[in-house]
Amino acid sequence: MLKYVLPLVLFIIMAVFLAIGLNLKPSEIPSPLLNKPAPVFAAPKLQAPQEKLSPADLKGQVWLFNVWASWCVSCREEHPVLNQLAQQKAAVIIGLNYKDDPAAAQTWLDTLGNPYTISIMDQDGRVGLDWGVYGVPETFVMDKKGIVRYKHTGPVTVDDVQRIFLPLIAQLQAEAP
Amino acid sequence: MKQLILILTLLLVPVLAQAIDSRQLATPEQQEAYDSLTAELRCLVCQNQTIADSNAELAADLRRQVYEMLEKGQSKEAILQFMTDRYGDFVLYKPPFKAKTGLLWLGPALFLVLGLLAVFWVIKQKKAAQSPEQGQAEKLAKIRRLLDEGDAS
Repeated sequence: MLKYVLPLVLFIIMAVFLAIGLNLKPSEIPSPLLNKPAPVFAAPKLQAPQEKLSPADLKGQVWLFNVWASWCVSCREEHPVLNQLAQQKAAVIIGLNYKDDPAAAQTWLDTLGNPYTISIMDQDGRVGLDWGVYGVPETFVMDKKGIVRYKHTGPVTVDDVQRIFLPLIAQLQAEAP
Repeated sequence: MKQLILILTLLLVPVLAQAIDSRQLATPEQQEAYDSLTAELRCLVCQNQTIADSNAELAADLRRQVYEMLEKGQSKEAILQFMTDRYGDFVLYKPPFKAKTGLLWLGPALFLVLGLLAVFWVIKQKKAAQSPEQGQAEKLAKIRRLLDEGDAS
């Protein structure tokens, strides 16, 4: 009896492991920044390069930090979703224009719409490095104290907004500053 | 002959192959640290390459970061800590031993032990099923049968 059951059991164990393996997303690396304060930066604003923005300026607000670039293909896919999210005014959206040409970035915003309250420039990728950015687009959700509460890698979809972002933003808005 | 020379020359090409962008550091120790660090940090875009091997932009940024930190006289440990603070343990090709990575480190040994146990178990089963005397008796019976068959023909 054992002779017949054992291979079956082994097969089932193997199948379960393979199924788990197939459903893992190796491109999604958990961020060590979760529940830690925002990495400090002072980066020039895309639309006013003489002015700088740092996370301290956003204390007391719930904000999204979206890493984007005009050369990034999946950002184009994500852009309408961000535009829609911006219209709902659930949270401030700050853009990190990552390793981009400022003129190309400006054209992108002019033609596709600008969901960002402010975009800052990171031409040499140093801010991105401090934030552990490895693939554009990435989106961080920041609470009123400036703590990283969620990180999304890859384009944000309408479903992500409904399922993750809006509930989380509502929860963070309810927290004391 | 010409062809042979050509083939041999082409075989020499890999010898000339170098790191994607090699940087010169002030001291041999720093150079050694740079080479070993870039060979043990993972490029997160192309996940099966080290930042020394990868041509991705992120890898170039990380190499620059390693270079600048070494130039400032920072230690290897400080640089590895800097990278794990930002990218997590995944950036290390040699992850540290802790609860989360325990299975990763002990898994191979565990499977070896399981395999050895299985081998011993199978041998024991076989031995129990076929004791030496019984085997001897079977062999004798077979010899007799064959001999009888030989007589009959």
